[in-house]
Amino acid sequence: MSEIIKVGMADLKVCASPDGLTTLGLGSCVGIAIRDPMAKIGGLAHIMLPNSSVIRGSEGNIAKFADTGIVELVRQMEAKGAKRNRMTAKLAGGAMMFAFQNKSELGRVGDKNVDASKQILAKLGIPILAEDTRENYGRTVIFYPETGDYVIKAVGKPEKII
Amino acid sequence: MSELSLKHVTQNYFDVLKEIGNIGAGNAMTALSQMLQCKVDMQVPQVRLMEFHEVGALMGGEEQLMIGIYLAIEGDITGSIMFLVKQDSAKHLVNKIMMGMASEGPDFNEMEISAMKEVSNIITGAYLNSLSMLTNLKIYPSPPDLALDMAGAILSVPAIEFGTMGDHILLIQSQFYDDVAIDGYFILIPDLESYSKILKALGVM
Repeated sequence: MSEIIKVGMADLKVCASPDGLTTLGLGSCVGIAIRDPMAKIGGLAHIMLPNSSVIRGSEGNIAKFADTGIVELVRQMEAKGAKRNRMTAKLAGGAMMFAFQNKSELGRVGDKNVDASKQILAKLGIPILAEDTRENYGRTVIFYPETGDYVIKAVGKPEKII
Repeated sequence: MSELSLKHVTQNYFDVLKEIGNIGAGNAMTALSQMLQCKVDMQVPQVRLMEFHEVGALMGGEEQLMIGIYLAIEGDITGSIMFLVKQDSAKHLVNKIMMGMASEGPDFNEMEISAMKEVSNIITGAYLNSLSMLTNLKIYPSPPDLALDMAGAILSVPAIEFGTMGDHILLIQSQFYDDVAIDGYFILIPDLESYSKILKALGVM
């Protein structure tokens, strides 16, 4: 029986086919889906902030940040038998939910989360195959390591697969 | 620079916030009942310090459709405030204000969005007023900004702001009724420096 495992906010999970991973209601957060197509192992991280080093009082939740979260996700996938050089990634989220957020430093956090995720993936040598990012609406995502399909649902929009 | 983190929010502060929430929500209800010209009752607000992943569940799941109103606050303290209400409750409120002339179905047209902003202005304004009165601090709200989306997506905005300070989000749940129950949530997000200002002004620190 295949199962869809839920990933919370500031959380990350790894699974193997035929199981899938989902995270609900991504706003300015980014959902980074990584897959090893040979081992059919997938991972999904739901990160909130770009960079752990500039934040005080992070209380040790490494899944909260793009830099620490993605590195940890890759580590856990490797522990399950995935190989780094086969990994590919897909990104979703990083929206700007409110227009006036544009004015504040923290308001563009969606953009920054996307940029930071891309940088970390590039540093780890993991290519990005597709993304559905930024804009101004929330997204629910489901990731299937079997096919690599990243299903994206948004309010009032047709479902899409990237 | 303050060493305060949300983890160290004291029971004292909790009680103070509850009281502000209570008075604020009370004022908001009075304002609302004047606007709607009907009786509006409320329950004692609940102040909750929650982990991020618990918040969605409280509001009926991360995919629950909600209206979120977000305002920046400036003055003696800076930060932002968010008011959240379920989509159907919001539609009910809007319909009341428009004397039953709101459109059918769950969607909001431009007029209804504008009406909803007005309601939220009154509710958040009353809330901020009581905070301002209790603390003697000047607090000015920006015009409201509205989003209709999944609870999780809307909440990611305050969650991220809290995320820069810790792993918890502090919110005030207040339920009010006219002929139906309406669940509203306030999330007050002072900048870290403003926390100590509020506490000092209230004589807690």
